[in-house]
Amino acid sequence: MARRAAGLGRGPIVRLAGSDAAMSVLVVILGFLVGTALVAAVGRDPANMYRAIIQVVSGFDLTRGTWNARYIGEWLVASTPLVLCGLSMAFAARAGLFNIGAEGQYIVGLTVAQFVAFYGPPVPILHWVLAVLLGMLAAAAWGGLVGFLKARYAVSEVVATIMMNYIALYLSRYLTMLIPGTNTYKTPSFPATVRLGNAWLEGLTNRSRLNTGFYLMLASVLFFWFLMEKTRTGFALRATGFNKDAARCSGIDVTRSTVLSMAISGAFAGLAGCAVCLGSFGYGRVLAGLDNYGFNGIAVALVGNSSAPGTFLAGLLFGMLQSAQPLMQSRQIPKEVTYIISGLVVVFISLRSGFGLILEARAKQLARKGKPRDE
Amino acid sequence: MGEYAIEMAGITKVFPGVVANDGVDLRVRDGEIHALLGENGAGKSTLMSILFGLYEADSGSIRIRGADVRIHDPNEANALGIGMVHQHFKLVHNYTVAENIVLGLEPRTRTGGVDLGLAERRVAELSRQYGLSVDPRARVESITVGMQQRVEILKILYRNADILIFDEPTAVLTPQEVDELMAILERLRSEGKTIVLITHKLREIKQAAERCTVLRRGKVVGTVEVAATSEEAMAEMMVGREVKFRVDKAAARPGELVLKIEGLTVKNAKGFDAVRGLDLEVRSGEIVGLAGVDGNGQAELIEAITGLASPEAGRILLKGRDIAALGIRERIRLGVGHVPEDRHKHGLVLKFRLDENLALKSFDRPPFSGFAGILRPKAMAAHASEMIGQFDIRAAEGPATTASSMSGGNQQKAIIAREIDLSPELLVVAQPTRGLDVGAIEYIHRRIVAERDKGRAVLLVSYELDEILDLCDRIAAISKGEIVGVVDAAGADERAIGAMMAGLRAPGGAQGAGAGA
Ligand SMILES: Nc1ncnc2c1ncn2[C@@H]1O[C@H](COP(=O)(O)OP(=O)(O)OP(=O)(O)O)[C@@H](O)[C@H]1O
Ligand SMILES: [Mg+2]
Repeated sequence: MARRAAGLGRGPIVRLAGSDAAMSVLVVILGFLVGTALVAAVGRDPANMYRAIIQVVSGFDLTRGTWNARYIGEWLVASTPLVLCGLSMAFAARAGLFNIGAEGQYIVGLTVAQFVAFYGPPVPILHWVLAVLLGMLAAAAWGGLVGFLKARYAVSEVVATIMMNYIALYLSRYLTMLIPGTNTYKTPSFPATVRLGNAWLEGLTNRSRLNTGFYLMLASVLFFWFLMEKTRTGFALRATGFNKDAARCSGIDVTRSTVLSMAISGAFAGLAGCAVCLGSFGYGRVLAGLDNYGFNGIAVALVGNSSAPGTFLAGLLFGMLQSAQPLMQSRQIPKEVTYIISGLVVVFISLRSGFGLILEARAKQLARKGKPRDE
Repeated sequence: MGEYAIEMAGITKVFPGVVANDGVDLRVRDGEIHALLGENGAGKSTLMSILFGLYEADSGSIRIRGADVRIHDPNEANALGIGMVHQHFKLVHNYTVAENIVLGLEPRTRTGGVDLGLAERRVAELSRQYGLSVDPRARVESITVGMQQRVEILKILYRNADILIFDEPTAVLTPQEVDELMAILERLRSEGKTIVLITHKLREIKQAAERCTVLRRGKVVGTVEVAATSEEAMAEMMVGREVKFRVDKAAARPGELVLKIEGLTVKNAKGFDAVRGLDLEVRSGEIVGLAGVDGNGQAELIEAITGLASPEAGRILLKGRDIAALGIRERIRLGVGHVPEDRHKHGLVLKFRLDENLALKSFDRPPFSGFAGILRPKAMAAHASEMIGQFDIRAAEGPATTASSMSGGNQQKAIIAREIDLSPELLVVAQPTRGLDVGAIEYIHRRIVAERDKGRAVLLVSYELDEILDLCDRIAAISKGEIVGVVDAAGADERAIGAMMAGLRAPGGAQGAGAGA
């Protein structure tokens, strides 16, 4: 993390550049500015884009003057797996690992949840709790295995997770098709006892698909923050992430840190799979391809600086862009604009260090101009 | 005109929480070797970074050969004939020596390709002219540190620099390489180059420099003629008090056996036996020094004792218990303390705060962790404040200071504080004073002796014979992974130890070697 640029002769611009959070906000604003310019450039009214976004986050339709809370619910539903996959990426990143495997871990969680849906005890509450727990556990094992390979045999986690993604996808297709009554793309409907539906949340948001998965996501954000920042386990993980050699030298079990961080990382992604499968869908799916939540999680974690609150906010942002798409289209704004904005944000974030340098140089120049020459 | 090559006047540079340079005046004559001396964190590197265009001064002016200049980046410095050899080399490892030297300014063939043949000839020419022997075709990753440094020097000579800045060039060199560098500096000076030399070694200043400017806490204390000033006087100028060069210590009172190593064999990363059937004993209340040339198995021996590497054969007994198969953490619990040679790689988590680094080995226990493994940041900060006071660690923002922003000497003090605070039975210390100023060295030596007097066993590894002779009670010479001889430090003969380090058996052989030299 950048040194906090405290006081003493430093301009506000430099101070901004020194703070990761401020940088993220700046970059998001920049992304939107470019997006706005693009919409104007193709001859559409950028105000419509913002109307769509406002409708997503507040439910207000400014054009017609109506209010419908369902939009808010759908926004939060879309954000839930994004936040969770972001947490997955971020957790590994904090321990110095690059988990490209959230996608595969997500699929494992989803697949196991589908099986528990059909073969678990159809007892209210117990049924979905069991499905979620087993889904997370399996995804944790899926991720932990990669951590183990990395720690014990120095297998690159990047290569291993990419391969595991495809193994997960095809294994999921094969196994799901074994469920009786399954056609080429879906299983029969789930029993009601395993659904994550939540009558209260649905009532609050005018029958949106908002479900208990949202609560589980909030709990995950808190869990991440607490474990990482407040416990000795988190301390060991962070130390390992910053300097593996010094951590080992100090008696921290780096093997354990690596396996544990990949396992917890996998559990977050697995929970995302469960939330999508048992929350948004009423049936199991024979996956035709990757859902891409795992990969989007990389972007979410990047924008969120791999911190719990940052990832939460970044997930809400990406969820907002995603659920604004249909509303934009109905207002003649090409939905691709949202991809461009999120793409730009990621590119800008990646350019952050260069960006900071430019800002610092600018500030220096300003300072030089403002100062009397000293010869 | 032309008396001074460099004139820096009123240079001030402020970093968050610290004034690194405070109205510094520095004047370096044309064609002299000018030393820059000062405690860790006094602002030497900052001042030279300003001259080289890496930092911009908040105020002050620079004149090069009488002309006012503003240097915004290293390219402008190069254009003015200023070159810098950094403490950490900036070479491309899988390139050859010649490629590294010409990188960015490659001679071209008619078709626009890089003319490697010409590059190699030019490099060979330069290396002959200045007596800097290198093999232009060798890959940088395969050559010694001393040779890498010569490559760095050639690189700036290739760019026609006539003002050469050396930032602690000897900190990474073996004693022989230091001698070679001194000869090179003299040669460069006789060819008309102007040299600024930053070093903590007063002996090197005496040997090479004509004048010396002393900095203390960002301010110039004065500039002296080296020939007319004693080492003691220079040390006193820089620290602001009298410095003792020899360690004051009472006779050792060795007690029970703490460390006993029997027939230890350890392989290095390449799979060779770096330590071969080594035997060694360290008792409580004594400091045993391991004297030897770098690369004779010292690093592997330490790794085996601390648990970083597992031995092929042999036993490591700590108070009679074999710890050879235990993990690092258990050994720490049983009382093995370790001040590692590479403090940035193994000693500290640079991005952690000082208080976190001070708790790096004990964060998972009370008082730093409480119920259910929850950290107690307040306890960590309080502990750090106590350590800061007790060990005189200077940190701009107290316990919250990021370790990377501290000076080398204070980082080392932090590591020593952490290890001593754990009160280990056996303290393994490797190169504890590399790159530190004389004041910090004196302090760290005092602390190590104090541990001995508390009844701890200390094993010291150093490549500097002076440090070993000064600090230790017994000296074990290591060569090719074996202990060649063990002698009492009192009355030990430097030449005899040198002969043992070269692999000649003590005690009879030592005298013979002395006579033969
Ligand atoms: N980039 C930086 N950001 C913040 N503080 C810095 C930075 N560089 C140096 N400092 C601080 O400025 C002071 C002077 O540092 P400098 O590196 O110039 O000392 P030095 O004399 O070269 O010490 P050493 O002998 O340890 O190399 C120190 O207190 C250091 O912590
Ligand atoms: Mg320095």
